Amino acid sequence: MEIVAKFEVPYYQYLNHEGNVVADLPAFAKDTQELIKLYRLMVLNRIFDTKAIALQRTGKIGTYPSTRGQEGVFVGVGAGMAKDDIFVPYYRDVGILVQRGVKFSDILLYWGGDERGNCFASAKNNFPYSVPVGSQPLHAAGVATALKIRKEKHAVLTVTGDGGTSEGDFYEAMNVAGVWKLPVVFVVSNNQWAISVPRSEQTAAQTLAQKAIAAGFAGEQVDGNDVIAVRDRTEVAMKKAREQNEPTLLEIISYRQSDHTTADDASRYEAKGTRETHWAHEPIMRLKKYLEKLGVWDDKKEESLQTECAAEIEKTVADYLQTEPATVESLFDYLYEKLPKIYEEQRDQLIQLGGQSHG
Amino acid sequence: MAEMTLVEAVNLALAYEMKADKSVVVLGEDVGKNGGVFRATQGLLDKFGPDRVRDTPLAESMIAGISIGMAAAGLKPVAEFQFMGFLYPGYDQIVNHAARIRNRTRGHMTCPVVFRTPYGCGIRSPEHHSESTEAVLAHIPGLRVVIPSSPKRAYGLLLASIRDPDPVIFLEPSRLYRWAKQDVIDDGKALPLDTCFTLRVGTDVTLVTWGAMVKETLAAADLLSQNGVSAEVIDVATIKPLDIDTIIASVEKTGRCVIIHEAAKTGGVGADISALVAERALLSLRAPVQRITGYDTIVPYAKMEKYYLPNEHQIVEAVTNIMEFA
Ligand SMILES: Cc1ncc(C[n+]2csc(CCOP(=O)(O)OP(=O)(O)O)c2C)c(N)n1
Ligand SMILES: [Mg+2]
Repeated sequence: MEIVAKFEVPYYQYLNHEGNVVADLPAFAKDTQELIKLYRLMVLNRIFDTKAIALQRTGKIGTYPSTRGQEGVFVGVGAGMAKDDIFVPYYRDVGILVQRGVKFSDILLYWGGDERGNCFASAKNNFPYSVPVGSQPLHAAGVATALKIRKEKHAVLTVTGDGGTSEGDFYEAMNVAGVWKLPVVFVVSNNQWAISVPRSEQTAAQTLAQKAIAAGFAGEQVDGNDVIAVRDRTEVAMKKAREQNEPTLLEIISYRQSDHTTADDASRYEAKGTRETHWAHEPIMRLKKYLEKLGVWDDKKEESLQTECAAEIEKTVADYLQTEPATVESLFDYLYEKLPKIYEEQRDQLIQLGGQSHG
Repeated sequence: MAEMTLVEAVNLALAYEMKADKSVVVLGEDVGKNGGVFRATQGLLDKFGPDRVRDTPLAESMIAGISIGMAAAGLKPVAEFQFMGFLYPGYDQIVNHAARIRNRTRGHMTCPVVFRTPYGCGIRSPEHHSESTEAVLAHIPGLRVVIPSSPKRAYGLLLASIRDPDPVIFLEPSRLYRWAKQDVIDDGKALPLDTCFTLRVGTDVTLVTWGAMVKETLAAADLLSQNGVSAEVIDVATIKPLDIDTIIASVEKTGRCVIIHEAAKTGGVGADISALVAERALLSLRAPVQRITGYDTIVPYAKMEKYYLPNEHQIVEAVTNIMEFA
């Protein structure tokens, strides 16, 4: 017998949950302004999230998937991408989209049940959301193929949940990315739940990161509550994709500090107290502690940041609530470049009936 | 006897048959502890244990394929796709294997599986949660496609589907899950598959429908009767294979036929029914067959879905027009 293959899965963390530095910081993290930027974005996202849930409760939007506790993942990944890179989202990655030109009001529009919230017209390097779990990594691989053929020096990044790694499409995307050496980064946002199914029931593998090994490229785990680690590892992986056409899988670990969506009730399956235990690791407090230790943050700064972010979110909510309804005929306007003649009659009928729905 | 909703009746039928038949196994995403996202499998894990109530990893091709293997090996899997819009990764397994394993083995192997899934729009769900694509299943030889439209029919038809020796796609209209309660007797009595249910007897027009549109169709029949028009309402229930005889007999009596479905018009099951009526009852028709359906568009997101769904007034108008035809 001889061993023909061995593999390793590294784990990255720079800041522990007490806000202490545990490894050599990457260059950007030595600039406190950069850290404060990340901190502000996490706070802004959390305020937005709380507001979105309140809007759902009062019927102003529909079902909404909270990002509470996962701010470090999405803010860090978004910060690690370059503007010209292409982003292929799933549905919980608000914190990435808003760094790439998508407005919070667009996000409310989508979850409020309006197609215009999915078009990202002013933010062209982003694909629309992908609700069919696990389907979007293939699109990312396709975009990466196009970039490679055209010799463009950008990279693609896509996010999938831990549950999504069980879908066949997810493996197929990694497999082709490995074989074709595609400039793509597969982020797995491991929030440890797929609705009611825990990570341990998705796969018997010790890590999700190691799934990349079978596809012939590297996988690593990143502490998703450490936004510095998330930004850094994203930057490194994207650079590797751009410069060497080498894919990477980043398993970014956090904890879902919420129900799956507002339509879910996690008390049916999540052991009491689990969320509270994980709360000690949440990403915002950790960075705040570090900033305080550096002497660049205090209660006064915190207060004015909270006020400023709350005002920004209030404004975006107002924009959303004032959005004019779409026209009924928009149901037909984007099916084809030109509506086939046979459907013109249906379109006319819809316009005529538009005023007398029974809803 | 107890008053219950359609989704509770689904749950009751599952519990009845799991107790009566140890080969019945329930599987799907979140069907265990969580009891399914609509609570259709609520309580089953506690009653029957994790061997027979299985949360699966998140993969629909796997759910479909593993169910086929389980069924061929002597179990009776009842698998849930969380929403119809997420059945499609399992479509290859359903079309290429479930539907034809009997045929491919000349009857030597069979596939007694039930694939359940909620379907249809009207509950303000997110994107992809409102599909009504029953036609892409009804098109496939070897499949049965069954759609209940009341708590009683959900109970009786689900029992029949589980007991059926061939694969059944059981589509549950999510808009009716908690709509009207009915007394359901938990006596284990199945209702017949491949049979229409005549919900209302009438003489002037035959209204043919299934699933959640039964609601608007019955409301239209009420409005029509106020106008002196007597409508017969047929719930097709099993859209594949069709009980065309019941529909033809009704059209021969009324001379008029209006088909109502939520799915897009083109290639819908309504087209098939319309063709069969034309082929077999042309000389009984006093007016052209009409179809009131969803538009040939993507099902819109929540804000616009009320404009997509046909309503009772459209049905009344269509009937009123053909009453004047001859
Ligand atoms: C193909 C498919 N199957 C099922 C669903 C229903 N569904 C939506 S989210 C979800 C769980 C996803 O969990 P995970 O991938 O871990 O992502 P998370 O929501 O936790 O971020 C499921 C089963 C879906 N949207 N798509
Ligand atoms: Mg998850």
